[in-house]
Amino acid sequence: MDLTNYLLMRQEISLMVVFLILIIYDLFATDKKFFQPVACGLFALHTVIGFLPWYVGESFSGMYVSGDIEVAVKNILNIGVLIVFLQANSWLVKDGTLEKRGEYYLLTLSTLLGMYLMVSAGNFMLFYIGLETASLPMAALIAFDKYTHNSAEAGAKYMFNAVFSSAIMLFGISLLYGTVGTLYFTDMVAALTNPTALTVMAMVFTLAGLFFKISLVPFHFWTADTYEGAPTNVTAYLSTISKGAAVFTLMSILYRVFGNFVTEWQAVLWWLVLISITIGNLFAMRQKNIKRFLAFSSISQAGYIVLAIMSGSAWGMSSTVYYILVYAVSNLAAFGVVNIIDSRTGKVKISDYNNLYQTNPKLALVMMIAMFSLGGIPPTAGFFSKFFVFTAAGQQGEYVLLFLALVNTVISLYYYLLVVKAMFIGDKEGTPAIEPIRSDIYLKLSFVICLAGIFVLGFTSGIYGYLESISFGILK
Amino acid sequence: MDFLSLFVIVPVLMLVAFLPCKNIKQVRTVAVIGSSVLLILSFVLLFMFLAERNAGNTAEMLFTADYLWYPALNIHYSVGVDGISVVMLLLSSIIVFTGTFASWNINPLPKDFFMWLILLSIGVFGFFISIDLFTMLLFYEVALIPMYLLIGLWGTGRKEYSAMKLTLMLMGGSAFLILGILGIYFNSAADGGALTFNLLEIGKVHIPIEMQRIFFPLTFVGFGVLGAMFPFHTWSPDGHASAPTAVSMLHAGVLMKLGGYGCFRIALSLMPDAAHEQAWIFLLLTGISVVYGAFGAIHQTDLKYINAYSSVSHCGLVLFALLMLNETATTGAIMQMLSHGLMTALFFALIGMIYGRTHTRDIREMQGLMRIMPFLSVCYVIAGLASLGLPGLSGFVAEMTIFVGSFAHDDLFHRILTIVAVSSIVITAVYILRVVGKILYGEVQDKHHLELTDAVWYEKVSVVGLIVCVAAMGCFPGWISDIIRGSLGGLTALFN
Repeated sequence: MDLTNYLLMRQEISLMVVFLILIIYDLFATDKKFFQPVACGLFALHTVIGFLPWYVGESFSGMYVSGDIEVAVKNILNIGVLIVFLQANSWLVKDGTLEKRGEYYLLTLSTLLGMYLMVSAGNFMLFYIGLETASLPMAALIAFDKYTHNSAEAGAKYMFNAVFSSAIMLFGISLLYGTVGTLYFTDMVAALTNPTALTVMAMVFTLAGLFFKISLVPFHFWTADTYEGAPTNVTAYLSTISKGAAVFTLMSILYRVFGNFVTEWQAVLWWLVLISITIGNLFAMRQKNIKRFLAFSSISQAGYIVLAIMSGSAWGMSSTVYYILVYAVSNLAAFGVVNIIDSRTGKVKISDYNNLYQTNPKLALVMMIAMFSLGGIPPTAGFFSKFFVFTAAGQQGEYVLLFLALVNTVISLYYYLLVVKAMFIGDKEGTPAIEPIRSDIYLKLSFVICLAGIFVLGFTSGIYGYLESISFGILK
Repeated sequence: MDFLSLFVIVPVLMLVAFLPCKNIKQVRTVAVIGSSVLLILSFVLLFMFLAERNAGNTAEMLFTADYLWYPALNIHYSVGVDGISVVMLLLSSIIVFTGTFASWNINPLPKDFFMWLILLSIGVFGFFISIDLFTMLLFYEVALIPMYLLIGLWGTGRKEYSAMKLTLMLMGGSAFLILGILGIYFNSAADGGALTFNLLEIGKVHIPIEMQRIFFPLTFVGFGVLGAMFPFHTWSPDGHASAPTAVSMLHAGVLMKLGGYGCFRIALSLMPDAAHEQAWIFLLLTGISVVYGAFGAIHQTDLKYINAYSSVSHCGLVLFALLMLNETATTGAIMQMLSHGLMTALFFALIGMIYGRTHTRDIREMQGLMRIMPFLSVCYVIAGLASLGLPGLSGFVAEMTIFVGSFAHDDLFHRILTIVAVSSIVITAVYILRVVGKILYGEVQDKHHLELTDAVWYEKVSVVGLIVCVAAMGCFPGWISDIIRGSLGGLTALFN
């Protein structure tokens, strides 16, 4: 064993350094008013480190994999977390959370470390450790507003579901181990050549744990309650970063371990995609609470991401990662608006957003652009990411599913427009809108990053081109 | 930088110029300057195009430019025009120009209104200059979404319902379209070669007939929704009736033409074999549009609804003529797009001006307007005569060409359908003359109407500009039909 094994893990190491500095700062600093700039600055530095060119390869005989695409995914997660941190300030400065804000950063960073390990896992053991590291602190984060009934309830719900899905997944992994006698991905794919009843069942159990994380229907029941109860900032983190990492891991396991079972998992995913998109949409239409609304919208968005994974090709992989990136900036822009309004006024109903454009034109515009991007309207990046997902599916000739997904985009547009309608057109009674809100500099910065992402990602083809060049697939 | 991209860049610059505007005067200035530049550009393009053609340049598309955009999927930003696109660009810039004057006193939020309107026109211009399926789709959707806020915020009547219905139905159409475009894309390498979105390259490829059978109807219906094809026309009356004046003008005048243009350029030209097989189904549907739209207009009492149903009928005629699949009828279809665009914009502008004064659009509540506002009334009569096909105005030349072309088929099916469609002219005369007689002539009944004033200068600019175009096209149709016909030469697979 030599040092290069560790050198590959530069993102994990730099994250640990940030983590340790913040712990020391939290423990020993007397005046903590610089916590937000210190945390954001350090994390921004860490994000930059991720972009520096470095070696790629495997360490610990394939236990840990750090290829170009893994680094790219971690960079996307970093950008997302940076936006989340920037948006956190308006919530953290409130009375109940001010004194424990150090815990917020530390818990978030430890879940992020878990996600890194998930993304880079080349072995089911490391993967499982990563998954649990990402899950347990997450439950604490969700229950962060511990004196709020909803938050505690949401934390408990998340916890039970996470543990339950882990148990199912462990069962699946143990069946796989019993069949092939190894936990290394590369050895497994060599051993899993012919699907048998046992291995297919093991595969489905293993994947079920990830489906919980991604909240695909029918594994979605925890989503709406958890999203509603958790502090808005944590919901943003949960619905974009956590979901993005889990989606990539799902793809990586499907391509790396179950590469010979393409027909089997495509059949499973076909139905999951269809019902996730449809049910997510149908429930989203009926929501009154904007956080529940975004929860169901994220279920439906997850369906589109999995549609790209399903294609099993290199285009599928690049479209998936690109979609995660676009979805992250769009969704975080929306959550940024929800977060500031929730923190300042405590209002979370869609009807509270009536006539928002008259009092808070900038927030309303950001929200509108985010909704259009989520709905896939040009010239936002959402249009491009949806189109590429459809192209990936079309390449495999999945025209029927593609048609159903396209019909669903129209349905989703309906509810995204409902939010736009509330903000711009309002209602007939002329309910007084939320008073003008002054957002802090961090929030403004986060909006700048999000909007830049929404407009630049689509028009410049460079990022998609790069992702395409580092992607690999198991089908043509 | 190529010349055609200016049609997208100028509106984008306008959007930027709107940002610092503080009051309605500055907004108007920017809008007038910008739309005049666009108008001049489109005339310059027309003359440049004619000069090139006279110089013997017979390339299918002129002034082409091509930039690779997404290498992985072979998506290009690629532009080019033929005669059809040139006249469509001319139409669009005329409507944008006159629409600016028609919304002179828009209230509230004039800045926002013009920004959305110009965003819409970016979509329209971009669609007409593109020759890459992906960018066409992109611009197509850019043109659709501003409609929601334009109708929802500045509209009248059941505006929220209409705006949502219009947006969702059109986006539903574009869902079909995306599927159709992907289908075309993945079959564009059927003769070997790389997958491509480029219209000209796909035009040379022979897409397998089994694939054409699936993707032709998807694409045609996708664009047909925007072309108000029965039974997907229901967004049109509600949408047009609720929209503010300039938006109705732009939407009925230009946006509905995107449907016809797309049907022609993508569905029919790229998949001619399936078009020959399935034309009869869509001929029946569009035939219904033509007659049903006209009958619908007879029953309405709201001026905008009358005109909206009339648009369904006239735009139905565009698709009807395209599906006749011969050169004369297709020329007529393009001329009908142009003619209907001008004349319906004129109608909506006039209705907007009348409504702005009387505050009603119900024809039962207005009488004798000829005595109160003679200028607007005379213009209304001219618009009406153009609509019912009076020789010397644009409607006549277009419809005549269409029906001559349609009747040239020697089988019974096409001839009977043509006869049925011709009957719409009679019905058009009924609803036009009914409205003219009812609201313009007779005694003034509502005494409040006596205090109303006639048109002011900016309204006259808008109306006179459109009437000049309608008359010019009616009196000198030859050069337009030559331009159009000159662009149909390459479509031998479609017109055999």
